[in-house]
Amino acid sequence: MTGAEAPLVSAPAAGLGRRWQLLAWLLLAALLAVVGAKLVQVSRGPATSGAAPLFTLVDFDGAQHALQAYRGKVVVVNFWASWCAPCAAEAADLEQAWQAYRERGVVFLGVDYVDTEPEARAFITLWQQTYPNGPDRGTVIAQAFRIRGVPETYIIDQRGQLQAPIIGPTNLAQLRAVLDRLLAQP
Amino acid sequence: MPVLTMRLLRFPSRFALVLMVLGAALFWLPASVLAASATPTDDEVNAVASQLYCPVCENVPLDVCGTQACSQWRAIIRQKLQAGWSASRIHAFFAEQYGARVLASPPFAGASVLFWLVPLALLSAGVLVLVRVLRKPAPAAPDLAVPVSAAHAARLERELDDWR
Repeated sequence: MTGAEAPLVSAPAAGLGRRWQLLAWLLLAALLAVVGAKLVQVSRGPATSGAAPLFTLVDFDGAQHALQAYRGKVVVVNFWASWCAPCAAEAADLEQAWQAYRERGVVFLGVDYVDTEPEARAFITLWQQTYPNGPDRGTVIAQAFRIRGVPETYIIDQRGQLQAPIIGPTNLAQLRAVLDRLLAQP
Repeated sequence: MPVLTMRLLRFPSRFALVLMVLGAALFWLPASVLAASATPTDDEVNAVASQLYCPVCENVPLDVCGTQACSQWRAIIRQKLQAGWSASRIHAFFAEQYGARVLASPPFAGASVLFWLVPLALLSAGVLVLVRVLRKPAPAAPDLAVPVSAAHAARLERELDDWR
């Protein structure tokens, strides 16, 4: 008879245990979902196609440049930093491309990634860059483009669509090839 | 000896008064002003830098990082310390400029809350399970007594008496 009474006594405790177990499993599943989503986000790599992430760059002179405002134009977004040697290697070509294409409506934006302002300004002066450059405050723009480092260059067409990103230093010939193709589109 | 000092020494009460005023001024001078005047040592800079991470390398604290970017950041820390900024204000500045991911300790806000709450929740759950296991009463010893009828008991007693 003792064996028959025991389940009656322990029944409420067993029910409570199941509820706790269910809650624990749900929490664990939620945690795994969050971690999984973060891992997927991290492993996606740089943005390569589709609509370009919208952002607003405030340049070192305080002027705002919203990507949305440049719809209908080709936009070159270059990520760089003063401490980055390959960025110095491409700086002159970027300025040369800007000078060659500015009259044709191409917009160049330099996004200064995890840099310090005095060194960034010195870099701009050294390489005589005249197109807008500004800091990526909070690395918001870099995260939106999911960049892996600097330099990286993203070219956005007139419809706001990303073209294949240029990972690593670019040069005038490479920029010309992409820009001429995009400008030739109707 | 300067004339002013000579005159003060001739009147000890005045000298004491001047000393007291100077002492009070030093005592009440804000710590930030005193800090601002001193050049921060490398140890002071590194103490702040150790709570930040290199922006371009994986998992390398700023105080031991050898890249140019880290060197520039340490220079910024030195400037801020010299200007009288506290360590927490400098950390907040870097988080604002470069994102919370540069902080060694994630802030208790947004998704970063998980970094603090999940280990705490897991630890609490572990303690709870341990307490429940330890408090659980030991299983009762099985009842080995064989039910015996009165007739059997009487017979058993009788046979035992005979045997004795």
